Amino acid sequence: MLHTLSIGELAELLTSKRLSSVELTQHFLARIERFNPSLNAVITQDAARSLAAAAAADARIGRGETGPLLGIPLIHKDIFCTDGMRTSCGSRMLDNFVAPYDATVVERLANAGMIMLGKANMDEFAMGSSNETSWYGPVRNPWDTSRVPGGSSGGSAAATAARFAPIATGTDTGGSIRQPAALTGITGIKPTYGRVSRYGMIAFASSLDQAGVFARSAADAAPVLQAMAGFDPKDSTSVDAPVPDYVAALRNPLAGLKIGLLAEFFEGLDPRNAALLEAALDVFRALGAETRAVSLPSLPLSVPTYYVVAPAECSSNLSRFDGVRFGYRCQDPKDLMDLYQRSRGEGFGAEVKRRIMTGTYVLSAGYFDAYYVKAQRVRQLITDEFRAAFGEVDLLLGATTPTPAFALGEKVDDPVTMYLNDVYTIGANLAGLPALSMPCGFIDGLPMGLQLIGPHFSEARVLNAAHQYQLRTDWHERRPRGYDA
Amino acid sequence: MSLTRQDVEKIAQLARLSITEQELPVTVASLSSIVDFVNELSTAEVGTALPMAHPLAGLTQRLRADEVTERDQHEKYQANAPSVQAGLYVVPRVIE
Repeated sequence: MLHTLSIGELAELLTSKRLSSVELTQHFLARIERFNPSLNAVITQDAARSLAAAAAADARIGRGETGPLLGIPLIHKDIFCTDGMRTSCGSRMLDNFVAPYDATVVERLANAGMIMLGKANMDEFAMGSSNETSWYGPVRNPWDTSRVPGGSSGGSAAATAARFAPIATGTDTGGSIRQPAALTGITGIKPTYGRVSRYGMIAFASSLDQAGVFARSAADAAPVLQAMAGFDPKDSTSVDAPVPDYVAALRNPLAGLKIGLLAEFFEGLDPRNAALLEAALDVFRALGAETRAVSLPSLPLSVPTYYVVAPAECSSNLSRFDGVRFGYRCQDPKDLMDLYQRSRGEGFGAEVKRRIMTGTYVLSAGYFDAYYVKAQRVRQLITDEFRAAFGEVDLLLGATTPTPAFALGEKVDDPVTMYLNDVYTIGANLAGLPALSMPCGFIDGLPMGLQLIGPHFSEARVLNAAHQYQLRTDWHERRPRGYDA
Repeated sequence: MSLTRQDVEKIAQLARLSITEQELPVTVASLSSIVDFVNELSTAEVGTALPMAHPLAGLTQRLRADEVTERDQHEKYQANAPSVQAGLYVVPRVIE
């Protein structure tokens, strides 16, 4: 049952040489081979490369090196460039793209000794909330394979939930780590904008995109975020500020912590969802935290704001895919315009095209002020309201999602209904705030998540609060049935 | 429908996306529903809030020093290109 152990327990086994990283890697590779066909969570693997990295980690351990991540396997979302390995971003456009360099996140975690087992399926170019827009087919939720795992990091979430690896990376532009973490019963953290380098992370909406971690628990996520975070001269939005000790901060007591309950998040909430949050609040109060209601009146505008800003940025970012320098090219183009239009028309899926066109529309002459400038003003208002709230409280708490995982196909034909899935997660992206989702109970046998949002650069406090909650609850220990043998 | 078939054809042209006859009706309907949805912003009171420039207050994007940091790896990068000759990207003829 190696896959049920925390990375702290695994590191202990590795450094005491009771287990080798090669054995651990083989254990997880065998799990992927056995269970992935029913989940479609992992889309690219190179077992020889994984085992070679594990042997190298064993050699480092043999030389007396230690480290919390040395020899620990992980899965990367296929949005992170991996040198010499296909990096598809879930798109036909990049189906034949072999990245010529490593993303900074990939490089840093490899330097820390982590072993990449493979690349995770995802919504195409990270655009989706159900992992149904991938060129490689949908990912299924290990709690119920007729349901979605959430998105866009659905493969990373399903892989972590089914214990294909103790850790997976993800990215979160509007909820793409927290929403799938909630729907698959695991812990996921999106750090502050600028905390983790975006170099080599294929861009969707550059003012919102941020890399983060999926893990079994906050305690497992902390050392991984520690290794990922920090200044990178290769990313112009990377913030040059010291990274606190996230692991040490986990132990801090919560006495006196002020938790704000977002009134806008509780309004109209499913009573079963509200009851789970109330029970969680009791745990936090028992830990000495104080709770009070907080209102962010502009927050209900976050979804329409996001669906102007994110498509606008996507339409610019994705203009690089032109069928000339890399990626898909259509057959027999009759001229250059035909080459651009058909390569993009055939290489992108329906949702990506929809967002590029939405972005093109809101940025076009005559509409720019009404949509884009207006949305950026509302975004500033939402950000100001968050800042004011954090003058009164240390953390904000609410639901991660309105409902548990929905059925495959249920929302795929109705983009606006799909977009409303992210109603609780988008605010943190618009304001660039760190936010975490962790399991807090079940509805109809399906996991639900609670969300903690903190002020800029408060990852240590967010992880600390989550860890203290997880020390007194066991929701994060629950695993989907059928993945233990 | 807030958008017409002609609107969508024009947007697709601006975005350099081919849209097939089959895709058009669905695209018109879904883009219209998205535009209707984001139109909620038109009535939002924003007071004196200025358009946001950066999620972190007071921060702007850094500029890097104007130094050569890359070595020539064009062969590695061009290995991903659909068509290359003599280190050049090949496209359909643009000058008659």
